[in-house]
Amino acid sequence: MANVIFAILFYLATLAFVVGLLYRISVYARTPAPLKIPTTPAPTTKGGVVLRMAREVVLFESLFKSNLWIWSMSWLFHASLALVILRHLRYFTEPVWGWVVLIQPFGLYAGLTMFLGLCALWVRRLFVERIRYISTPSDHLMLVLLIAIAVSGLLMQFVAHTDVIAVKNFFQGWMRLNIQSLPADVLLFAHLFLVFSLMAIFPISKLLHAPGVFFSPTRNQTDNPRDKRHIVGWAKQMESEPGK
Amino acid sequence: MSVEITAPAYRVIPIIPVLKPGAMEGKGPFVANDKINEAIGFPGQLVEDWHDRAIAKMGELLSKYRSLKVFMDACVHCGACSDKCHYFIGTQDPKNMPVARQDLMRSVYRRYFTLPGKLFPKLVGARDLTREVLDEWYNYFHQCSECRRCSVFCPYGIDTAEVTMAAREILDSVGYGQKYSNEIIGKVHKIGNNLGLPGPALVDTLEGLEEDVKDATGIDVRFPIDVKGAEVLLITPSADFFAEPHIDSLIGYAKVFHATGTSWTLSSMASEAGNFGMFIGNYEQLRKIALRIREAALELGVKRIVVGECGHAWRVAYSFWNTLSGVGEGADSSDKFAQLLQKQLDHRYKQPMHICEFTWDLIERNALSFDKEMNDKHIITFHDSCNVARGSRMGDFAGGQFDIPRNIIKAVANHFVDMSPETIRERTFCCGGGGGLLTDDLMELRVKGALPRMEVLQQVVDEHGVNFMATICAICKAQFTKMMPIYGFDRRMVGGVHQLVSNAIKLGNK
Repeated sequence: MANVIFAILFYLATLAFVVGLLYRISVYARTPAPLKIPTTPAPTTKGGVVLRMAREVVLFESLFKSNLWIWSMSWLFHASLALVILRHLRYFTEPVWGWVVLIQPFGLYAGLTMFLGLCALWVRRLFVERIRYISTPSDHLMLVLLIAIAVSGLLMQFVAHTDVIAVKNFFQGWMRLNIQSLPADVLLFAHLFLVFSLMAIFPISKLLHAPGVFFSPTRNQTDNPRDKRHIVGWAKQMESEPGK
Repeated sequence: MSVEITAPAYRVIPIIPVLKPGAMEGKGPFVANDKINEAIGFPGQLVEDWHDRAIAKMGELLSKYRSLKVFMDACVHCGACSDKCHYFIGTQDPKNMPVARQDLMRSVYRRYFTLPGKLFPKLVGARDLTREVLDEWYNYFHQCSECRRCSVFCPYGIDTAEVTMAAREILDSVGYGQKYSNEIIGKVHKIGNNLGLPGPALVDTLEGLEEDVKDATGIDVRFPIDVKGAEVLLITPSADFFAEPHIDSLIGYAKVFHATGTSWTLSSMASEAGNFGMFIGNYEQLRKIALRIREAALELGVKRIVVGECGHAWRVAYSFWNTLSGVGEGADSSDKFAQLLQKQLDHRYKQPMHICEFTWDLIERNALSFDKEMNDKHIITFHDSCNVARGSRMGDFAGGQFDIPRNIIKAVANHFVDMSPETIRERTFCCGGGGGLLTDDLMELRVKGALPRMEVLQQVVDEHGVNFMATICAICKAQFTKMMPIYGFDRRMVGGVHQLVSNAIKLGNK
């Protein structure tokens, strides 16, 4: 029974995640940016913009300029999370891709560093006066959710092993609409439920910062306003109005 | 009635200030009256159905500006920006933290435009748009100078200036405008410039200037106006025509034109580089004010458009003019509106060009000569103006807006020293008076907002004996002239880059 519930929940969460995210991205993509507003100094070429965006997304360049503490904690968390997610690809690929095998040992420790980064971020949110001031309950809950995901995962890894072969079997089946059994393990249930929740709220929460950064005009625009006229539809329309 | 405003104490170690909630509550600027608002097409006073109209306007802006849409969604409350605003540093009011300022609007966005905010407002910090919230908007969105310093540090590039502009646009649309900015916009349409200097008075002023320069140098430096067929149209902030120290830079531009025999002209129709349409975030006003320059250029038949020392004006000119009025290059061949002007302009030169680019180009080509000793009484530092630093460029490479003015100073003077690296170039602090806040009814805010700049100025004064802070913005010049005495400096310590050029340039044998 549990396997059916979790399979359905996972389908629903995936649907919410994919459809919600695609919808948000399409809204961002369709909304015009009428004025050139890159935060300068900005790259003067498209290639330069790609590099700026890459530095922003991979290295958190602006955050680095802001404050080394936030930068180190959040970079640690995000890099660890990336490794952890990639490591989990082993449940969805058969045979497991070579590079996923390769990062497997790092992925294990990344779970720990992810947990540490999250705790540090939460401590900061709780104890630095001005950060506490700007925090909403959902900001705290988001960290709690991520910490709970990390802890349940780590416990299965290092304390109470679950039957990973069976788990893999479940996901392999899930991908083919063929629901297999799932180990009756409370930690596993908790872990999966929390991850599904995270996926479902992704497109309606501040997690939108992930796609958002790519659409941020201050970061993705080329600094060439004098060389190329930039004009969007609703602004161009004004020029054809009589008397203008 | 006037209260003595004193400078806040310098921070011993410039660390993050302790929060003082409510410190700047109710300290916003004067509200515009019916006449001022209606003159530029806004409702005279707060309309009855302000709530619905404000929310509708917000929805409209969210669909017209990707910046606003993305910025409302993307913030994670990380706090990277929280200690970066000069107004927060100076006032310690937590609502002057960039993130908290944005949240004044984001909380409303979440309530009306997001699912979680509709279902669980408390959980995600969503609020109804009440009269109290609207007043809070008016108060705190007029304590932001749209300087973009926070946007440098935000991992998603969220620019509070964009949020402030949207908020002011919404406020104007329901009849809750700011007196200072809206009054000035009225003047620019009615008279041609922000200071309300009519054409004949302007002509008189320029004639007087010619006499002054003749008396001082013995040379006939001209200040032409409305000359058809001139090569260069100079668009400069109207403060340059009579305010101190601005006028000394205007003399500097005229001397540069004179020394190189450039034919140039001012325009009485477009006797203002400033564009307060940006400050209130209203595209129609921004465009309408920019179109005056297009009209003047077409009418006078000029080949080049050069912009004087003005911060936000240069941002508008550099970043927006091509979009708004076609002053620039690279319009599609089918784009008749822009082509009309672009065909007239000489594209061997950047259009528009900053006066510093103009002068530096001549210096590089050895077309100007200087007597640097004439500036030896000055030990000079340079204050990067926020809108030039973070919203524009000069020259052909990213960062030219920092190097070119400094290069000019070094070419015309012997003593130059930079202030603390954390406070110059793209990390520069706003003077405290930008973004439509250069008004006496915001004096307390202006004094407190100047604190971070004054602290580091004090350092170079103590360590290097700096006695002159050059800057290329009319607002910076006016603001610092007021702030210097309050912080114990000489008011004449601030001046323009072209003031230094003016001191040193050799005119005689050219």
